[in-house]
Amino acid sequence: MANPPVGEDTQALLTNQESAIQKSLNEILHSYEGSQDELIPILQQVQHVFGYLPEPAMKKLAKFLKLPESTVFGVGTFYTQFKLMPTGRNIIKVCRGTACHVRGSAQILAEIENQLDINAGETTSDLEYSLETIACFGSCALAPVVVANNKVYGRMTVPKVGEIFNKGAQ
Amino acid sequence: MSFEEIKEQAILQWKIMQQSEKIRILIGMGTCGRAAGAEDILDALDQELAKKNIQVDILPVGCIGLCYAEPLIEVIKPGKPSVLYGNLNTELMSEIIADYLIADNPRPDLAIGTRGDGTLDGIPKLFDLPVLKPQVRISLRNCGNIDPENINHYIANGGYEGLAKAVRMKPQEVIDEIKKSGLRGRGGAGFPTGIKWQFCHDTPGDIKYVICNADEGDPGAFMDRALLEGDPHAVLEGILIGAYAIGALEGYIYIRAEYPLAIQRLQIAIKQMEEYGLVGDDIMGSGFRFHIKIKEGAGAFVCGEETAMMASIEGRRGMPRSRPPFPAQSGLWGKPTNINNVETWSNVSAIIAKSADWYASYGTENSKGTKNFSLAGKVVRTGLIEVPMGITLREILYEIGGGIPENKRLKAIQTGGPSGGFIPESLIDLPVDYGSLTQAGSIMGSGGMVIVDEDTCMVDITKFFLTFTQAESCGKCIPCRWGTKQMLDILIDITEGRGRLGDVELLQELAESVKGNSLCGLGQTAPNPVLTSIRYFRDEYEEHIVEKHCSAMQCQALISYYILPDKCQGCMICARNCPVQAIEGGKRMVHVIDQNKCINCGICFDVCPPKFSAVAKVSGKKPSDIPEKPIPIVAKP
Repeated sequence: MANPPVGEDTQALLTNQESAIQKSLNEILHSYEGSQDELIPILQQVQHVFGYLPEPAMKKLAKFLKLPESTVFGVGTFYTQFKLMPTGRNIIKVCRGTACHVRGSAQILAEIENQLDINAGETTSDLEYSLETIACFGSCALAPVVVANNKVYGRMTVPKVGEIFNKGAQ
Repeated sequence: MSFEEIKEQAILQWKIMQQSEKIRILIGMGTCGRAAGAEDILDALDQELAKKNIQVDILPVGCIGLCYAEPLIEVIKPGKPSVLYGNLNTELMSEIIADYLIADNPRPDLAIGTRGDGTLDGIPKLFDLPVLKPQVRISLRNCGNIDPENINHYIANGGYEGLAKAVRMKPQEVIDEIKKSGLRGRGGAGFPTGIKWQFCHDTPGDIKYVICNADEGDPGAFMDRALLEGDPHAVLEGILIGAYAIGALEGYIYIRAEYPLAIQRLQIAIKQMEEYGLVGDDIMGSGFRFHIKIKEGAGAFVCGEETAMMASIEGRRGMPRSRPPFPAQSGLWGKPTNINNVETWSNVSAIIAKSADWYASYGTENSKGTKNFSLAGKVVRTGLIEVPMGITLREILYEIGGGIPENKRLKAIQTGGPSGGFIPESLIDLPVDYGSLTQAGSIMGSGGMVIVDEDTCMVDITKFFLTFTQAESCGKCIPCRWGTKQMLDILIDITEGRGRLGDVELLQELAESVKGNSLCGLGQTAPNPVLTSIRYFRDEYEEHIVEKHCSAMQCQALISYYILPDKCQGCMICARNCPVQAIEGGKRMVHVIDQNKCINCGICFDVCPPKFSAVAKVSGKKPSDIPEKPIPIVAKP
């Protein structure tokens, strides 16, 4: 999945956050022992706290687990859950599973892309919205499904797309 | 407290609840129920009951599988059979409260069916309904009946009987019982479970592991989620029995992070097991020691493959490795490891509690027992079903599923997700068992079953699956990495009008070589959608390649939109909504789409008022009499 372009705002944000990152990371690492099987759970927690995997955090994590930085980076880029760039305050996920596909999720995705003026996998320049696609939510009976900030919208239609922005993601 | 005492207490608690003079309401609170609005219903229910000052016990339960009718509630009045109501909204909820909770009219017009002893006039018995009659509930035995967050409910309904029995048996006896039951792996491949256990049991070693594969990744499949949300203990009990039989002291549940509710319910369940001494250092006082951990997946389809899953648990990139050595010989951290799927584990607990013979009485010669399917796509009654092996696809689609909406024509049934294939309408009487599905070119798979009707283009949906497998291919072996990419490129060309003669043969050749030479199951099965769609729907490929025509009207590049001059009323709605200003025309003028500007988005088609229906969607031929420029509308006589 392509990462969103880095704007100047984003860069500034990154620098400001660096010291905050160090501090939060120390708190996260406190409850771990330092074996490799903890790598993914720690990355998950880092992403949960920051919304993405900041580079300084991954470097520090490599030291903590006594792993090459490349290994941490390799795991961070392998799994689709992990993001290397900040994501929007609101995350909209469009299910692209089979059941959703045969019930028109491509049109729903196109409509959301159109309304936000970004492609799937991107974040709006004001960091307000990130748009993602998900292979399958497992809520196929309610296809097509869109999830906005963990609120599930089932049986979506193109005209109903606006509802997501009106209440769900604010 | 001994297990016997725990059981006694649980049964007592259950009985008190059953015999309570209070009204009870069960509400389906699985992910699907919540998505359909169960939380709003629950809020409305709470408010309304408080306002009217009625005492009711509300019990959140898992999914009973009638997803098409969510949100669902079941009302139990003392001395009466319970009544199930579906497709609820807050207004209907208030009506039911007024009419049935306060007064005594069960509202047959709103009810789906009744359960339990007795009947109510005008309401059918739930399990006599076509959707439930052919079903047999073994794996899903408790889903929708018990509170999944209350271990006592599970125990009161026979839960942990199997484990209590197992720890009194020799491990080999447990394995023999599973072998005798004929249970085969429900994750898709169908390997006999007992034999798998035997391999791991026979490998020497002090440290062994069991893993529960809950990385349900097939798009179109949600059986394992529903089971874990509705009855987590059934799965956990199975894992414990397996661990005992194999001699494992530690276990992992590898579950997708996309299933937060299932994860939460598992955590609660494990905590309750610890309190009851059902997991830990001396389980049921038998000396059996076992600990279990939950590992959340991080979003990689390939991690459903055993060796990739183990790599992921170890904290590495989830890439498969070649086998042998098999996990039973050298698995997690090089130790003997046994991996089974969620549904397999839930069957294990039922088999040991009842008996292998009882289980084997369901199903066919080579496929014993039942199978869970998630029925989705173009079907009237979508949902989670459990059917005996050997049932025909026709029974599943037309009896349980209620057929296809809007009387459309069935085109194919897709089983096994991206690893499976399409079964055409002509094979609708095929029995559902491992052998028959494989022979038809598909697989049993983990249980996704997606119904495809005439509005679906087979080339487009094949492209959809390849897009998925190509993106999920881990890239380790060349046949899968490049083969899926090449197949996808050809499919994109065909759907975008660039198909060439010979593409179908090339696709077949590629598919065979990817199937035969890939390292793991992902690559070995990724060509199945391609091979089956060519086998049964070759004419659709040829139509796209030769005539540049998509009869299902799904391939955007092969579709054009035209405004019909005899129907257009010049209302300008389409012109205002066109995102690329491709529509010319004014008031009382027949509008015209500039085909060079048009991006085939279909918005004009959607917004044209149905009473006019002036926008035609065509593939291939242009309708006659389409003007080049806007012309005045001719007044109708």
